Amino acid sequence: MATFDLAACPLRELNAELHRQAAIVREGGAAEQQWEILNPRGSHAVAVGVDAPLEITVRGNVGYYCGGMNQSGTIRIEGSAGPGLGENMMSGTISVSGNASQYAGATGRGGLLVINGNASSRCGISMKGIDILVRGNVGHMSAFLAQAGNLVVLGDAGDSLGDSIYEARVFVLGQVKSLGADCIKKEMRKEHIELLESLLTRAGISDMKASDFTRYGSARELYHFDVDRFDAY
Amino acid sequence: MTYTNPPTTPRKSARFDDYTLSEIRRAAETGIYDIRGGGTKRKVPSFDELLFLGASMSRYPLEGYREKCATRVVLGDRFASKPLELKIPITIAGMSFGSLSGAAKESLGRGATLAGTSTTTGDGGMTPEERGHSKLLVYQYLPSRYGMNPDDLRKADAIEIVVGQGAKPGGGGMLLGQKITERVAEMRTLPAGIDQRSACRHPDWTGPDDLAIKILELREITDWEKPIYIKVGGARPYYDTALAVKAGADVVVLDGMEGATAATQEVFIEHVGQPTIACIRPAVEALQELDMHHKVQLVLSGGIRNGADVAKALALGADAVSIGTAALVAIGDNDPHWESEYNKLGTTAGAYDDWHEGTDPAGITTQDPERIKRLDPQVGGRRLANYLKVMTLEAQTIARACGKSHVHNLEPEDLVALSVEAAAMARVPLAGTDWIPGQKGQ
Repeated sequence: MATFDLAACPLRELNAELHRQAAIVREGGAAEQQWEILNPRGSHAVAVGVDAPLEITVRGNVGYYCGGMNQSGTIRIEGSAGPGLGENMMSGTISVSGNASQYAGATGRGGLLVINGNASSRCGISMKGIDILVRGNVGHMSAFLAQAGNLVVLGDAGDSLGDSIYEARVFVLGQVKSLGADCIKKEMRKEHIELLESLLTRAGISDMKASDFTRYGSARELYHFDVDRFDAY
Repeated sequence: MTYTNPPTTPRKSARFDDYTLSEIRRAAETGIYDIRGGGTKRKVPSFDELLFLGASMSRYPLEGYREKCATRVVLGDRFASKPLELKIPITIAGMSFGSLSGAAKESLGRGATLAGTSTTTGDGGMTPEERGHSKLLVYQYLPSRYGMNPDDLRKADAIEIVVGQGAKPGGGGMLLGQKITERVAEMRTLPAGIDQRSACRHPDWTGPDDLAIKILELREITDWEKPIYIKVGGARPYYDTALAVKAGADVVVLDGMEGATAATQEVFIEHVGQPTIACIRPAVEALQELDMHHKVQLVLSGGIRNGADVAKALALGADAVSIGTAALVAIGDNDPHWESEYNKLGTTAGAYDDWHEGTDPAGITTQDPERIKRLDPQVGGRRLANYLKVMTLEAQTIARACGKSHVHNLEPEDLVALSVEAAAMARVPLAGTDWIPGQKGQ
């Protein structure tokens, strides 16, 4: 495992080196695939744009956009993460041992994001295929405009969950303070239980029953602009 | 002598004119506001109210067709290791695949490439055709992030973070379901046939302090190669420009209210945002105060139509301009050739503005396969290249007449205004006077 100390070297060198190693991997060469990042101290844009199956462990708290646009990488954060954790990630896995700030997994198109603490507001905003699992609670407006993918919340959800949601699915074990526009409670059918079991397994969770969750999704009543729904706008 | 009571000539109200009356009736009938493209249609102060002085006893002109008047422009050399080098100071503005047909996007790419300039993606992502036919392609980074992926980001030649646009500063968008084909839907990760909301705010940053960090992320992902543009609508150009510079932009794209390709509510188009002529000087002032004029390049858009508009924009401090509507017209939009079909839609060539409805007879703002066949991208590309060439020649003609060996050497001192309003907005003297309204001591 290679070690990179952000207290000693600048962020640019870190990301450039990760991109260089990723290019070697993509070309079938012998790259250093396991990385340990020390002293992140809230740095922004740590390990962004990784586009190969590197395994990266960040020992400490990170700032904005850690793991942004990740493709195939496995990024573990031993600490908490600032806003935009794993934003627009395409594939791979990102996990954070602590909490995540606003917009975790925003616009993500694939891969798995696991937040072992709480997630702040707008978790999964505009998500486009990513799977997000939050062991704790999520803040208000989570899954806002969520298009595709799955948001699994083991704790509670704040106000306006799933506001203006499209085809994404939201599973919540705890309480939901309120649902947003066009978001409704839905039946947990067999396929949803199987899907959720699969998601829990991928996230390493074995002590939860999928059937205990409640599913939320779109009522699909705002899919076409309708002037007679004036009050909804 | 007897007096009769002769009738007066019927007189219509200037305030309640025919259009206003028809709009009231339309609203009363439907209960919904009018949505259209085409930008502001009422007369607002514009570059038409500016004149170049030309050379005289104290200024030497350059010889037309003989003495060189350069047009090259470099965009994005503040931080990016690979800035864009354009042959002409005219770029093609962002317009989405989805709102435009694939053939239209290909035409824009071909035309821009032939002319030596850049074109721009739009909401909905980058298509292979567009990338393939565009030597220089600016990738828009929009609030919806439809189609956004890091592979395309790396394929781009520059990244344009869209904060707003001139037709609707502060507004998002809605692509109606009839234009959402399977391909458009797939690129946007949404079901086909449903209305698609384009968000008005970015999902993962708010304000210029956050934006600076977002720009850092984009630069890190692309290894600091790509110029980062920030596009703003003509709202508060002084502050927006200053904050864009602070956030780390290489280029500021400033889009006045005449920006016309976006479809939105008529009331939004006509009543939100400032005219292009009113936007540029505050933006340049902000750049000058920060010692960033021409270091952070300024691209001006919104109603640019000809070489005179280009020259005036550059004289007032822009480094380049961007065109949208004019480019669509060049490739065939609103062409009288399709008059009978425009008539069937209840309009006429030159007035067609329901670009959002997907029934464009010219095959440009549609996803209908039969209509799209009407636009040959090779022909469209050649037409656009011709038009760009003419605009450039016109701007050069004016610049030479003002004694400039590069179009960037045009300056406010070369201009006067025909109206008090234009003089105040452009901060040049009213013609025949040395009066610049609104300036200290004036």
